[in-house]
Amino acid sequence: MHGSILLVELGAVILGLGLLGALSVRFSISPIPLYLLAGLAFGQGGVLPLATSEVFISTGAEIGVILLLFTLGLEYTAGELVSTLRTSAPAGLVDLVLNAAPGVAVALILDWGLVAAVAMGGITYVTSSGITAKVMGDLGWLGNRETPVVLSLLVFEDLAMALYLPILTALLAGVGLLGGAATLGIAAVTITVILIIALRYGRQVEKLVASPSDEVLLLKVLGLVLLVAGIAQQLQVSAAVGAFLVGIALSGPLAHTARQILTPLRDLFAAVFFVFFGLNTNPADLPPVAGIAALLAVAGIGTKLATGWWAGRRAGIATTGRLRAGAALLPRGEFNIVIAGLAVAAGVNPRLGPLAAAYVLILAVTGPLLARAAEPLARRLRRPPAPAPSP
Amino acid sequence: MDTERTSLPGIGFQHVFTTARNRRIGVVSHRSGRRDLVIYDKEDPDSALVSVELSVDEANGLAELIGTPRVTERLAELRRQVDGLATAQLAITDGSPFDGNTLGDTQARSRTGASIVAVVRGHEVVASPRPDFTFHGGDIVVVVGTEEGVAAVATILTSG
Repeated sequence: MHGSILLVELGAVILGLGLLGALSVRFSISPIPLYLLAGLAFGQGGVLPLATSEVFISTGAEIGVILLLFTLGLEYTAGELVSTLRTSAPAGLVDLVLNAAPGVAVALILDWGLVAAVAMGGITYVTSSGITAKVMGDLGWLGNRETPVVLSLLVFEDLAMALYLPILTALLAGVGLLGGAATLGIAAVTITVILIIALRYGRQVEKLVASPSDEVLLLKVLGLVLLVAGIAQQLQVSAAVGAFLVGIALSGPLAHTARQILTPLRDLFAAVFFVFFGLNTNPADLPPVAGIAALLAVAGIGTKLATGWWAGRRAGIATTGRLRAGAALLPRGEFNIVIAGLAVAAGVNPRLGPLAAAYVLILAVTGPLLARAAEPLARRLRRPPAPAPSP
Repeated sequence: MDTERTSLPGIGFQHVFTTARNRRIGVVSHRSGRRDLVIYDKEDPDSALVSVELSVDEANGLAELIGTPRVTERLAELRRQVDGLATAQLAITDGSPFDGNTLGDTQARSRTGASIVAVVRGHEVVASPRPDFTFHGGDIVVVVGTEEGVAAVATILTSG
């Protein structure tokens, strides 16, 4: 009996997500905010609270985070990461400082404490590389001259995440300064070792994993990712970062096949993750933080536009391109929720979860819309307004 | 023609060049094999005016219509299909011992077992060049053979 209710609930949730996904395709927007809203509806205090499938959903959510980060790591090769670090470190640092500042400031002003400030900094900082890539593809921006600038900023952010998540995990676990330093040391060593393995012995790793059968490859890769993620979690380096590093270590044709095989799984579990986050947020908690979220969103738009402008100018790009670079960076999404999810699970300030949800809901929707407005705006800036239209 | 290559992390890479009449044209090569043909704005060289998405087949078709690269693509395909067969495109540099000499002079086939199957000169392809074909600096020689044979032809072309 219990089993059948579980299946009915899961089926209804996943079917509902499918319908929402169809809506997002229809209007060419990101499904992430819709999944979050679905989670809000199904959770405590929502319109349709779930009874029995919470355990499955919470495990599924963990796998979702791991697969999100793993497929992200697959996108990049170790060589790309190293060369990006060399060329775009200044722009990356400007991006980090400008965009983490509003989150940190709000947490400190509200007196949420240092750990919450670190989490909030991460939440306002990271751009959603998934939504940004989609926006740039949809708008035909991939060939533009600012695109390499934007992409290397995204790579830098993802690398910054690889250092940031272990620090946050350690801070949330309540280890002191010394423990934090030790964790950071372990993280730095792990990341270096994996990068070296990927650069020097990539072929051997691929030989170990490769298989002509998709089924075998799926099981091997998924097993390897979960295993490394679990070990990383044990070492307090954060499971997500372990998965990201495995993704980086795999490259070439194998990465391509692995991405094709794992993307459907990633889509399923990532959707479950967003729902899970929504489940744990009581919709009644949203209105009280809506004002702060809106302020943060406006600040976040301003700081990302400034980042894009600065990075574009540094690369010798003109007004239009600089505006587009900033606009492309606006959407926030999966990572911000991953960070907030870690903070909520560790029981930091109860208002942090709703605030992050509201912030992502606003920027995941308005970011892509504002990106569409970037070019008309730039045209107006380039050509000062014409004198009153002649009759 | 100067082609500028930029890496696009997570997507692939991009080639851009400017034509003699000052139009910028680019190709975004996705790792999936998809290609975007990009024509840039005359007024603003940073911005794509149109961007056309091409599947693998469509990109190959366009390349065939436009010209030479199709030959090398086919050779690359051939190499993928036949294990142990290597192909290479070797440039005749201005100082090469064969700049101004004929294909027969290289004796490439008898010395290495590898064959010179085509020569790309500017926008023209000379398929199956005859022994009396005369090389010029800037020619691209397409060689097919075993890995060693191709390497040996490369040595012959650069140092005689």
